[in-house]
Amino acid sequence: MAESVITQEMRDVIGVESEPVTQEIEKGAIIRFAQAIGDSNPLFTDEAAARKSRYGGLIAPPTFLRSVLANPPSTDLKIPYSVGLDGGSEWEYFEPVRPGDRITHTVQLVELFEREGRMGSMLFVVREGRYVNQFGTLVATERTTGIHYDPPQEA
Amino acid sequence: MSVQVYFEDVQEGTELPVLRKDPTTQQLVMYAGASGDFYQIHYDQDFARANGLPTVIIHGALKNAFLGQLVTDWVGEHGTVKKLTVQYRGMDEPGTPVYCKGVVTKTSLEDGAGLVECDIWLEDHQGKKTTPGSAVVALPLRAG
Repeated sequence: MAESVITQEMRDVIGVESEPVTQEIEKGAIIRFAQAIGDSNPLFTDEAAARKSRYGGLIAPPTFLRSVLANPPSTDLKIPYSVGLDGGSEWEYFEPVRPGDRITHTVQLVELFEREGRMGSMLFVVREGRYVNQFGTLVATERTTGIHYDPPQEA
Repeated sequence: MSVQVYFEDVQEGTELPVLRKDPTTQQLVMYAGASGDFYQIHYDQDFARANGLPTVIIHGALKNAFLGQLVTDWVGEHGTVKKLTVQYRGMDEPGTPVYCKGVVTKTSLEDGAGLVECDIWLEDHQGKKTTPGSAVVALPLRAG
């Protein structure tokens, strides 16, 4: 195992909540997102049909929240590797997200660990994001795992 | 909308209807635009290769969205997704179909709600499970 790249300065970021970022959810953004993922569910794409549903109007697909922010909140973690890949997500949902909602997103670093893999030494960065609507209601949380490494050198 | 599934209709071992998706490079660009994820490994082949990848790869979050659709298609208007977990174990490339699948692992009645846990996963066209995960949903009760 190579020497750890996790410094005390990096550990100090664990548990520190980011500055919040707030954005209004646009109807067109929900529809475009559903089109981009190829999901024609009328709850996400057809306002007239969605109005007759139990939701009374359009709602966002489950993974939409991850995409609403042009400038997502970030932690102050300095990562010593050049490549970052998305390792996975754990979503928990509490309330639907609707057009016109004002969603406030914060994120914090919850865990750092290292493993040896086929790309050599890899750093795993676990973060938890919280999404709160304009009524102060937590609508969803997303725990993400980022995988960071340097690309292998060509032989 | 499809026929509503009810809590009483499912048991351990019940399979979710398979969802086939046909991701293309065009879809990756659409997803980049809709999601704001402009990381070049998803549309710039030279950039992807310089980072040790064989070619451009499908956004993990797009595969997460496909698995979200698997679950929302299944639970219908009166079902609710409570949890959705995915792990990107393997990379997938655009140009070949992927298949989203799932199976019920547990059912329970809690406070009058029909909770159903599922294993879900995405397979590539060779049947390799690149993206395993799980979901918890609430289904409506017939005897509501």
